[in-house]
Amino acid sequence: MKKDLSLKDVKLKNGDSKPETLGEILRSQKVSRRSFMKFCATTASMMALPPAMIPVIANALENARRPSVIWLSFQECTGCTESLTRAHSPTLESLIFESISLDYHHTLQAASGAAAEAAREAAMEENFGNYLLVVDGSIPLDNPGYSTIAGISNLDMLIESAKGAAAIIAVGTCATYGGIPHANPNPTGAVSVKDIIKDKPIINVPGCPPIPVVITGVLAHYLTFGSIPELDHIGRPKAFYGQSIHDRCYRRPFYDKGQFAETFDDEGAKKGWCLFKLGCRGPTTYNACATTKWNNGTSFPIESGHPCLGCSEPDFWDGGGFYKALSMPTDDISKTAVYAAAGAAAAGAAIGALNRGKKNTSNKIHIKTTIDDLRK
Amino acid sequence: MSTSPFNIHTGNELTWNVRPILFEVRHALEALLENGQTSIIDLRSIPLAPGEEETILNTLGQGEVHARLNALGPSEIYETRYAGVWLVTHYNEDEAVVSRFIEITELPDILKSQQEDMSNALTELTQTLGTQDT
Repeated sequence: MKKDLSLKDVKLKNGDSKPETLGEILRSQKVSRRSFMKFCATTASMMALPPAMIPVIANALENARRPSVIWLSFQECTGCTESLTRAHSPTLESLIFESISLDYHHTLQAASGAAAEAAREAAMEENFGNYLLVVDGSIPLDNPGYSTIAGISNLDMLIESAKGAAAIIAVGTCATYGGIPHANPNPTGAVSVKDIIKDKPIINVPGCPPIPVVITGVLAHYLTFGSIPELDHIGRPKAFYGQSIHDRCYRRPFYDKGQFAETFDDEGAKKGWCLFKLGCRGPTTYNACATTKWNNGTSFPIESGHPCLGCSEPDFWDGGGFYKALSMPTDDISKTAVYAAAGAAAAGAAIGALNRGKKNTSNKIHIKTTIDDLRK
Repeated sequence: MSTSPFNIHTGNELTWNVRPILFEVRHALEALLENGQTSIIDLRSIPLAPGEEETILNTLGQGEVHARLNALGPSEIYETRYAGVWLVTHYNEDEAVVSRFIEITELPDILKSQQEDMSNALTELTQTLGTQDT
């Protein structure tokens, strides 16, 4: 099959301006059914759905219509867009990406200035009520002049663009929780999308940056089911953020046995023992890194010998030092001990739960965790 | 015991997921024989330490059938040394693995000619023969 799958080249038949289904688009590109089934199998894996869902995905994608997408970038570093455009499976992910109509993305689009804004306004008008709004970056509230696009403040552009959106996907920790701009002392008064928009479904896809297949997985889910995926208590898709890094970590057995690296070059580090005491945020971080992995599925930070920084969690930048072991809230040690008695796995979950719930408190009364604490 | 490029010792079962997966394959093969039920296991959905996927693949080995597809990038499909247990690996055009499944079936569906493709093939072949006639 031909390598360039630019669906934007597809001409509408007989002047028909109705959007084509993905199946029609693929057939016009001479994509075989076998290729499509391969695409669906990989999409199921990407969406963390069981393989039994492959025929359902095939049927839904066959009839999926191409949604208009408007992508806004506010206070950000472009790392999220980099993550997506450097995605490790260009053919398959470009299929997902090109099965949407990306009508505005000021980093990627050729148009600039007034022409770019005109494209955004036209897309909003044509698809009012139906387009997807993707946002990366936080929004400064202290002074609208801190971040503007074509003279429009981020706040005004977000409010204006959100009005006709069917749903909003907040991509990256800045858009989801304020991220690094929001870090203490938050000089711009940065806030997240959810702090401003209250009347639209918002899917949070945090990470600094998010795993590319998680971004495309959410798009694929919307394309496939025409709805937003099931979300956790802070708006993240459960399929990708449903389990902690710690619970899915291949080094977990070392944690359970109390075998920890104490420094980055000791025997424990060389033996690949648990990085908990070097500050690993795995127990309090919910993301898919441990199974989906990074860089062509090569590895993830812990596999490369570095603790998880917890980049998909709110306020990860203000967590009290990346290399300090997670705090053990002193007032809840007894509770932890009860869980520990029930088994090390439960203890890990308890520490995660306690730290998630009492992160701020525990950081204030920071006490370094020792091996003895874990044996309690 | 092997050593990864990051000097992390591997080789022993670390996550304890290797044997459960192999037992899952055994149960699935039993179900295939008893009532024709096919199964697919997505290897990318299970936490595995460096070297553990390799251990699973080495245990399953390679059997008599080996096929390579060219559909949105290559795919490699082979029957393991255990008849009815297939390994399906999809690559992108840079030959990076994008998904990997163990399928317990008589023949993975993706190897079969697809209805829509056969229908298109009939049209194309008819057109080709029509052109030749003129």
